[in-house]
Amino acid sequence: MAKRRVMFTFPTELVTEPIIYNLGMQFMVVTNIRRADVTEDRGWVILELEGKEGDIEKGLAWVISKGVKVDRVTGDVVEG
Amino acid sequence: MSFARALRCRECHREYPLQPLYVCEFCFGSLEVAYDYQALARATSREKIAQGPLSMWRYRDFLPLEGEVVDMNAGFTPLLKADNLGGVLGLKGLYIKNDCVNPTYSFKDRVVSLAVSKAREFGFDTVACASTGNLANAVAAHAAKARMKAFIFIPADLEKGKIVGTAIYRPTLVAVEGNYDEVNRLCGELAERYPWAFVNINIRPYYSEGSKTLAYEVAEQLGWRAPDHCIVPAASGSLYTKVWKGLHELSSLGLIGEVKTRMHLAQPLGCAPIVQAFQRGDKRVKPVRPQTLAKSLAMGNPADGVYALRVLRESGGGVAATPDEEIVEGMMLLAETEGIFAETAGGVVIAGLRSLAQAGAIAPGETVIAYITGAGPKTVEAVEDKIVQAITIKPTVASFEQSLGAKLREETPHG
Repeated sequence: MAKRRVMFTFPTELVTEPIIYNLGMQFMVVTNIRRADVTEDRGWVILELEGKEGDIEKGLAWVISKGVKVDRVTGDVVEG
Repeated sequence: MSFARALRCRECHREYPLQPLYVCEFCFGSLEVAYDYQALARATSREKIAQGPLSMWRYRDFLPLEGEVVDMNAGFTPLLKADNLGGVLGLKGLYIKNDCVNPTYSFKDRVVSLAVSKAREFGFDTVACASTGNLANAVAAHAAKARMKAFIFIPADLEKGKIVGTAIYRPTLVAVEGNYDEVNRLCGELAERYPWAFVNINIRPYYSEGSKTLAYEVAEQLGWRAPDHCIVPAASGSLYTKVWKGLHELSSLGLIGEVKTRMHLAQPLGCAPIVQAFQRGDKRVKPVRPQTLAKSLAMGNPADGVYALRVLRESGGGVAATPDEEIVEGMMLLAETEGIFAETAGGVVIAGLRSLAQAGAIAPGETVIAYITGAGPKTVEAVEDKIVQAITIKPTVASFEQSLGAKLREETPHG
């Protein structure tokens, strides 16, 4: 089983959609939310994903295709 | 002996032992070094610091290191009174903190000297980083000095000049074929997979503390006082927050008076997520896709963005985002007035300073520190087609005088 720590940033139009629920249900990925801030017009969620590597990859590709921005929790690592 | 006491989560404040950890297991917040300031206050003094080496290691008591230093003499760089540039910008109290003159020509030598020393103290035999230039140079050089193995990851399309400045130290140099996000993701995964000291990942809490020395030095060089203003370039935002932390540490230890410094933050317009979040009034940074000449500041998802925003609000600082063409103007202005050839990040600082000065954010007599963090010869392609071109002549006086024509009218030849 693989683990991935990610930050989802939701645009306004997706704030009301159950993206994280569907990620868990459709891709067999366990989602564990650690921190979040969601208002009526935007939101971010920091969470850990656990599952088979391939399932996490497919799940994240689906999340991105829905319009959610997916980033590393700890920021970029390539420095100038 | 170090006065570091623990690693502490910057979000939920849980504490962890001083190990190669970087993220809170509970809330995934980033970890920072916490110190025993009471013990440090008893151990330090201006006199003791003044007797130390002429490098960042004169402030060793303020840094989280127990073991031996991997020392290439980083730091204690000149603080130059910039009267010519100050005259142009209308700032009588302008100083340049010139970190171009570090061992590998950027401020990264400070953070890396600490990170590689700490990695060796932890028992690692290999250091690593992902970089587009300055960090790669500093890690490769310090690994060579420490006789440690180094793995340096660079984007495959990096300019040759930047590769040479790393390759000369003979690290294992890995060029990653992929876009910026893919390189980021790969290196994050490798850091979890291999028992290496990735300086800005699993050693990051220690690494970033090295930047505090840029605040200590300025305060000492000003005669033990905090400046009225600092302007600092921001990529991850770490340097910016650590300058603020460093000034406050000195003040809380009684080495300087109260800190009323206004901390200004400069980014290139093509990668300005912190500036934009501040302008929107957000507490959190929204990641962007970088597109700027200033490659050393191109971090679209800045790790310390949220903390930089806090410092901006606490200190009453301002922000500036500079388009590429003005970055080059800033580099040229610094070179033409003060004789300092800075890299693009320096252009971002000078152009940002100009716009803040024009906006009236700085009173003419106040003390301002412009942090110039890296040297220009690393990024010649940024300016090579915009600077003066050589006048080509035949090896005769006639050719010289004919070609220069108008320029020589004010000159009087001998005899």
